[in-house]
Amino acid sequence: MSDFQIKKSSTVYDAIIVGSGAGGGMAAYVLANAGQKVLMLEAGQYFDPRIDAQQMKWPWESPRRGAGTTRPFGDFDASYGGWQLDGEPYTTKDKTEFEWFRSRMLGGRTNHWGRISLRMGPIDFKPTDGLTDPWPITYADVKPFYDKVDRMIGIYGTAEGIENEPDGIFMKPPKPRLNELFIKKGAEKAGVRVITGRGAVMTEEIKGNKDRAPCFYCGQCGRSCKVYGDFSSSSCLVIPAVNTGNLTVITDAMVREVITDKDGTAKGVSYVNRKDLQEYQVNAKLVILGASACESARILLNSKSSQHPNGLANNSGVVGKYLHDSTGASVSGFLPQLLDRKRYNEDGVGSVHIYSPWWLDNKKLDFPRGYHIEYGGGMRMPSYGFGGGVSTMNGMVPDRNGKMKEAGGYGASLKDDYRRFYGTGVGMAGRGTAIAREDNYCEIDPNVVDRFGIPVLRFHYKWAKEEILQAKHMQETFLSIMKEMDAVVTSKIEGPETNYGLEAPGKIIHEVGTIRMGDDPKKSALNKYCQAHDCKNLFVVDAGPFVQQGDKNATWTILALAMRTAEYILAEKKKQNI
Amino acid sequence: MNRRDSLKAIGLTALTTTVLLEACKQPATDTAAATTKTEKEAGREQWETERDEKLKSETFFTKHEMATITVLANIIIPKDGVSGSASDAKVPEFIEFIVKDMPEHQIPMRGGLKWLDIQCFNRYEKPFVEASTKEQISIVDEIAYPKKAKPEMQAGVSFFNRMRSLTASGFYTTEMGVKDIGYVGNVPNQWPGVPDDVLKQYGMENVKV
Ligand SMILES: Cc1cc2nc3c(=O)[nH]c(=O)nc-3n(C[C@H](O)[C@H](O)[C@H](O)COP(=O)(O)OP(=O)(O)OC[C@H]3O[C@@H](n4cnc5c(N)ncnc54)[C@H](O)[C@@H]3O)c2cc1C
Ligand code: SF4
Repeated sequence: MSDFQIKKSSTVYDAIIVGSGAGGGMAAYVLANAGQKVLMLEAGQYFDPRIDAQQMKWPWESPRRGAGTTRPFGDFDASYGGWQLDGEPYTTKDKTEFEWFRSRMLGGRTNHWGRISLRMGPIDFKPTDGLTDPWPITYADVKPFYDKVDRMIGIYGTAEGIENEPDGIFMKPPKPRLNELFIKKGAEKAGVRVITGRGAVMTEEIKGNKDRAPCFYCGQCGRSCKVYGDFSSSSCLVIPAVNTGNLTVITDAMVREVITDKDGTAKGVSYVNRKDLQEYQVNAKLVILGASACESARILLNSKSSQHPNGLANNSGVVGKYLHDSTGASVSGFLPQLLDRKRYNEDGVGSVHIYSPWWLDNKKLDFPRGYHIEYGGGMRMPSYGFGGGVSTMNGMVPDRNGKMKEAGGYGASLKDDYRRFYGTGVGMAGRGTAIAREDNYCEIDPNVVDRFGIPVLRFHYKWAKEEILQAKHMQETFLSIMKEMDAVVTSKIEGPETNYGLEAPGKIIHEVGTIRMGDDPKKSALNKYCQAHDCKNLFVVDAGPFVQQGDKNATWTILALAMRTAEYILAEKKKQNI
Repeated sequence: MNRRDSLKAIGLTALTTTVLLEACKQPATDTAAATTKTEKEAGREQWETERDEKLKSETFFTKHEMATITVLANIIIPKDGVSGSASDAKVPEFIEFIVKDMPEHQIPMRGGLKWLDIQCFNRYEKPFVEASTKEQISIVDEIAYPKKAKPEMQAGVSFFNRMRSLTASGFYTTEMGVKDIGYVGNVPNQWPGVPDDVLKQYGMENVKV
């Protein structure tokens, strides 16, 4: 007898959720708390920030001193994953430079995300520029869910009353750091508005939540938080949902495809155990995909059957299409005013203290929509790469005696320069609206499978003229802010030959739109509740359903929509519609 | 939730996996292994730990190369009134590790060290480590200032840039270096904002976000 065997379970769950990131975690939390028996399949390993976070470690506790050799965002970053995964390739075509960041762990990429938590606004849902597509839902439809997410998870910020930057229910925000005051002053002179940041960090207690403690300002959210002070899906959603007794989580479970009945409804999924490579099949009354926008599209496209020859939920042919990531470009340098600055602890929170929401009227610009600006700098914990720029910067400004000196050096005077320049850095990065276009897509590569035999994704993506012009505008704005704050620019000045520093698509890690929602089943995969048009007991809760991202980072909207979908599922079940 | 509760959460998930597999006759090897193998380093993947161990067991630089690295590192970061030297902070040992961790450093470092010895030999008929401090510095002066360096010294400049960066990385990420640079964070605390005297120093008292 052959060794090959598919283990089938006879249990039928109320729901199977694929993926434990922002979307999967939220769906699991809502359903488990409502008494549904839920099975979650997560391709990665178990991860609990309380046990596994590398928070509070010193650089010397890492042999590579925090360098990004095995983890792109540094040795202490809470990510099991990266731009490439061993044995799980993806491909590109037509000279596409798409970069895809994946994390394989409980909580997915929410363990190490930047916690920048912005609501999409009324114009983001119903744009009027003629180039970007409207959603089938409005801000008013989503607002109650944003509100609930705010209350449940905790977010800091300030009410500003800006129309397309809707206020939330905010906890007290962290105060600005010194370099951020310089930014505020300089940006204002350059005509750019700067407001308090908005981050998923619990700066105050949440009544009745005994599992989480408020932030103690270590500035290390990227390592995830042992006291659950910030939002990770693992700590705030999945583990609490497991504790209800209604959620079962199987880790190292890589889903191949959704299995459908003869009538085309979803009946379960098949998966392979990543460790021992055993095959399994599990069943449920409904299937919810939250494997991340591109992974969920991959699962659907790989779920072919006679009922669904194009892949599941893909009668329209849109699955994989309309892929878009935020645009991004940046500038960095230092503030000579801060040379020899006084030392004190300014770690603050690990998300942004300030940012610039989009501040201009587009009518006068050569690109639609806009971008927001995130800022950085300050007296951070040294890690690999520390002081790298000092031997250039020390030739750019006069020394303590007012004399210019030769860049470079060694010895006591260089050692003194390291001290002198510490904490003077300043940088800014734009995150802008990219246009959801049919011809930017991921599809199944017919020739390539991963180590589990699952066909992999192939990306095709080209930036359009509008996105390049937006990057140009970013560069001009950043340089004028740097000038107004008397900063010295040290990064390369980017011009047309590099698309003004526009990062490769995927690089900003806000990839969305591959399973778009819409009212017309011919032009969309899902209805406005993220339910498949062609398969009523199939839902998608990650960023796949996004029609058109604004300049806002995606996660807060993923959470709100996932909650909305989960509540819709409960309501439909009550009405016995599914 | 305390630590034990979260551990229970793991136990729970592992247990339910077993329950799920009850129909199958084969023992659920993976789940059993997963629960007993939790001795792995918390928060690190097994392959990362294994990779570190392997790198640590290997040797890249020869004794002579390590001696040269030590001399150079101490020229770049000598002991002063505030802190010790690069070798006091075990920077050479860090460099030995990092070139194994990031193999892209290996050829430029090995070749650069060789370049330095040849330069020194052509001038003083001895390798760099055996040259006098004055002789050593005379060569370093020609490669430590990128803009001023002669074109024929460019290879040395590139090498010295790398050596300087690695030395700074290695030094300021030790307890000694962190203390020297004055990073005082990484402790649970409150963040009351920029201290008043600092606001005053920069005339920022009235800047509000
Ligand atoms: C460094 C970094 C910084 C970021 N900063 C921000 C920020 O400041 N603000 C913001 O809004 N967003 C930010 N993001 C983006 C944010 O992390 C994502 O938007 C969010 O995590 C997406 O949630 P998700 O549920 O769609 O998927 P993910 O978080 O990616 O989770 C998907 C999960 O599904 C699992 N999975 C995948 N395929 C399968 C399969 N076949 N079977 C079973 N399981 C599977 C994966 O292992 C993973 O755990 C950042 C991302 C990164 C990497
Ligand atoms: S900054 Fe606050 S929330 Fe973030 S990891 Fe540190 S203590 Fe936790």
